[in-house]
Amino acid sequence: MIDMSLIFGKLTLDAIPHDPVALGGVIFMLIMGALTVCALTYFKLWKWLWDEYLTSLDPKKIGVMYIAVAVVMLLRGLVDASMIRLQQAISVGNDPGYLAPEHFQQIFSAHGTIMIFFVAMPIMFGLINLVMPLQIGARDVAFPFLNSVSFYLFVAGAALVNLSLVLGEFSTAGWLSYPPLSELQFSPGVGVDYWIWALQIGGFGSLFSGINFIATIIKMRAPGMTLMRMPIFTWTVLTSMILVVFAFPILTATLAMLAADRTLGMHFFTTDFGGNVMMYVNLIWAWGHPEVYILVLPGFGVFSEIVPVFSQKRLFGYTSMVLATCAITFFSFIVWVHHFFTMGAGAAVNAFFGIMTMIIAIPTGVKIFNWLFTMFRGRVVFSSMMHWFLGFVASFTLGGMSGVLLSIPAADFELHNSLFLVAHFHNMIISGVLFGYFAGIAYWFPKIFGFKLNETWGIRAFWCWIIGFFVAFIPLYILGIMGATRRLDHYDPSLGWQPLFIVAGVGVCILILGAMCQVIQIYVSIRDRKENIAGPDPWNGRTLEWSVPSPAPFYNFARIPTVFGRDAYWNMKQAAGIKLEAPARTLRDAALFERSEFAGARNVLAGAQPYEDIELPKNTPFGLYLGAASFLFGFGVIWHMYWLVPLALVIGIGLVIARTFDEDTEEHFGAAEIERLDKAYI
Amino acid sequence: MNLRMKNYLKALLVILFGCFFVWLLWYLVRDSNIAILQPKGAVALEERNIILIATGLMLGIVIPVFALTAIIAWRYRATNDTAKYLPNWEHSATEEFIWWAVPCVVIVILASIAWKSSRELDPFRPLPGNNEVIEVVALDWKWLFIYPKENIATINYVEIPAGVPIEFRVTSDAPMNSFWIPQLGGQIYAMSGMVTQVHLIADEPGTYAGSSANISGKGFAGMRFAAKAVTPDEFARWASSTEAMPDILDGAAYTELLRPSTYDAVRYYGHVQSGLFSKIFSQYDATMQMSMDD
Repeated sequence: MIDMSLIFGKLTLDAIPHDPVALGGVIFMLIMGALTVCALTYFKLWKWLWDEYLTSLDPKKIGVMYIAVAVVMLLRGLVDASMIRLQQAISVGNDPGYLAPEHFQQIFSAHGTIMIFFVAMPIMFGLINLVMPLQIGARDVAFPFLNSVSFYLFVAGAALVNLSLVLGEFSTAGWLSYPPLSELQFSPGVGVDYWIWALQIGGFGSLFSGINFIATIIKMRAPGMTLMRMPIFTWTVLTSMILVVFAFPILTATLAMLAADRTLGMHFFTTDFGGNVMMYVNLIWAWGHPEVYILVLPGFGVFSEIVPVFSQKRLFGYTSMVLATCAITFFSFIVWVHHFFTMGAGAAVNAFFGIMTMIIAIPTGVKIFNWLFTMFRGRVVFSSMMHWFLGFVASFTLGGMSGVLLSIPAADFELHNSLFLVAHFHNMIISGVLFGYFAGIAYWFPKIFGFKLNETWGIRAFWCWIIGFFVAFIPLYILGIMGATRRLDHYDPSLGWQPLFIVAGVGVCILILGAMCQVIQIYVSIRDRKENIAGPDPWNGRTLEWSVPSPAPFYNFARIPTVFGRDAYWNMKQAAGIKLEAPARTLRDAALFERSEFAGARNVLAGAQPYEDIELPKNTPFGLYLGAASFLFGFGVIWHMYWLVPLALVIGIGLVIARTFDEDTEEHFGAAEIERLDKAYI
Repeated sequence: MNLRMKNYLKALLVILFGCFFVWLLWYLVRDSNIAILQPKGAVALEERNIILIATGLMLGIVIPVFALTAIIAWRYRATNDTAKYLPNWEHSATEEFIWWAVPCVVIVILASIAWKSSRELDPFRPLPGNNEVIEVVALDWKWLFIYPKENIATINYVEIPAGVPIEFRVTSDAPMNSFWIPQLGGQIYAMSGMVTQVHLIADEPGTYAGSSANISGKGFAGMRFAAKAVTPDEFARWASSTEAMPDILDGAAYTELLRPSTYDAVRYYGHVQSGLFSKIFSQYDATMQMSMDD
């Protein structure tokens, strides 16, 4: 009789979930997967998908794939959120709710992990891929192949998180898995291993992206685009990626140590043999705090693009904005202790980190004032993107207030780990990150696909999100003040918390309605794409991405523009004679500018430059293969399949070596062909 | 209906909904205990005051920002041809100085509050007066309270004399937890191998809810306990009646307690093996473990 554990490691048939709720999730996921495969086969789209997207090294295509995967994960994260809310609304007194505690804990751990790593991060990387090269007048990113590898490492991580639904379990230790709870002694199952390896693999992708985008911004800007002429979105990308490069290695090292504890029997963070949990808590937050700024800075960047365009006015206080961004970047690295004032550091340490935290409120406040004064004496067109911005101001300011409150150690002792804290960080992330990214997607959508998103459904989605946000999270603020701690699967009716939990549950329903509006928005927009065709410059934009046709051609710029100031494209349009005395009154007006003025402005931009030969990277499936090998590696470690781990490693290293021997990675386009393609757009 | 009327109607709807929502929340909590706003001890009172003062200070900036946002958005809407339009106006040293400076001033005030209160309300700092010491152990998934002076112990229940400063010495023999009685003051983490302290006081008799604020596994939600403050005389009587309880907390009984259990009922131990608490936290001392290993 062969010992099956040699082949399958810890994996047995018991790993398939038995309880009806989890099984329902599995079946739903399998059905959706099967439907997708059938649809692709039926419409004969596999080849198209392979050639146009999966193997593409075009950052615009990679960006679209990032966002597509993130949207699927967002829907899963929202389902998790509603399951948490339902449990907490009904699990009172004698009613144990519909979820066992372990299952409930898996759900909130998955919710946090998914929303940060597999929704917010990929939407951010997606937006950067779509926009940043276009904004700086570049044809590509610095390392196109590495970009594809980053994407597939992220996909491998996301696949591991989803696989934990089908095989085994997910972590029950919260989204940051504090030891010793996350150690083998207290979490013997594979849940924490899934968490570790999903993040570890995805985290490498993030680090590679960080390096890639920094190199792109530093080295590949168009002539004349000095740092202080860069669009603010690009500035925020630069600072955010600097944070990635400094912070993610800490995460990698921390996860590696936790994995060594669990898999190799080491004692970095165990309770015994000299392990120190406080070291883990420090390290994870030394990454974790910069992480939230990694996410929110590009959100600020999006607003810094949108507000001037829809106020039809220059961004107010550009230098202030850059300074504020850099200040936030710097301070975000010296505040991590505010996540654990209650761990018992001395008064001086707590006070120092508390005050550093408050200081971040200053540059953030300056940004808000600068945006408001961009609107001041402007002509504000209330597009859906401006709705997101105003909603952001209304809720982010509130969240900033609760944040400063939490930064006072003496107040934090009472509010820490309560639902007040949960309300605070959702407040910041939903308004700063999600609203920002939603606005960014609507804003740049026409540049990528050549048609606009439906505004009516966009605005409906906005109202659901903003109302849903307040209905879902104001009760949590109050619950926190009533002494309700986070992550409770059950509580006593005498506390009087249930009505508020029910209101919060209604709030989540409204938020889901908002997400549904967005799904409908995408459907309606695709259905009516003929009526919503966008020209190169549908919003009367100011930055270089609006100077190229929509959808942007694969080479981005037929001729690399020369930049003479901030708002490069706006200056060119002015030079081409657009009347500033007659600003647009509606979105439709704004779009009227695009056709007539486009050709003239673009010629001014490109000057008398001749067309030149272009080299662009060829498609390659190696990124996808590497992602698959990483997935197998993670799967092998999680289930202790000791034959699979070295095999996957060898395959991975072999793939990298094989790729280095491929010398035919560039595709050549002659100047004449580029000229022909370019003229065809006019 | 023209566009203008429609906009007014929308604004009215939003305001009405906001008012309804605020009323609803008030209605739902009107009879409940708002723990942090209803402190029952000097520490919790100080902490609540800081929360209120800081909130008030920040509202001084936030409310004008809200008003400014609404006014600017309305006044400079694209369809309003009468408002001034300066498309190239992008910088004003005075104005930018104001909004760098005003938040700075507020933050300086808040920072001084933070600095001062971090010292005064440091959980490790003893309160004036004679302390009653209570040792707290977080277990899977229950709280063990040991009274070293009285040599008694309880599970998931702690009785304290009102008006007397209490020094809670907190450790864990399980995953990390956080020891929290909101109406008496802030929380402190409970970690194995370490002893943290939180000094609290109850100003008046009453029963206050306590819990663990940090996820520690399956039974975490059940780690609730009542903290009952009574007059010192009553406390003395309670202690001596507990001493008469038959159960003894010795090594064997403690091993029994280490077995994970959820939603444990209150229990009393009339006698505690001496030095049990220091044994609990020092068992994780690495140097001792190494020598035991040899």
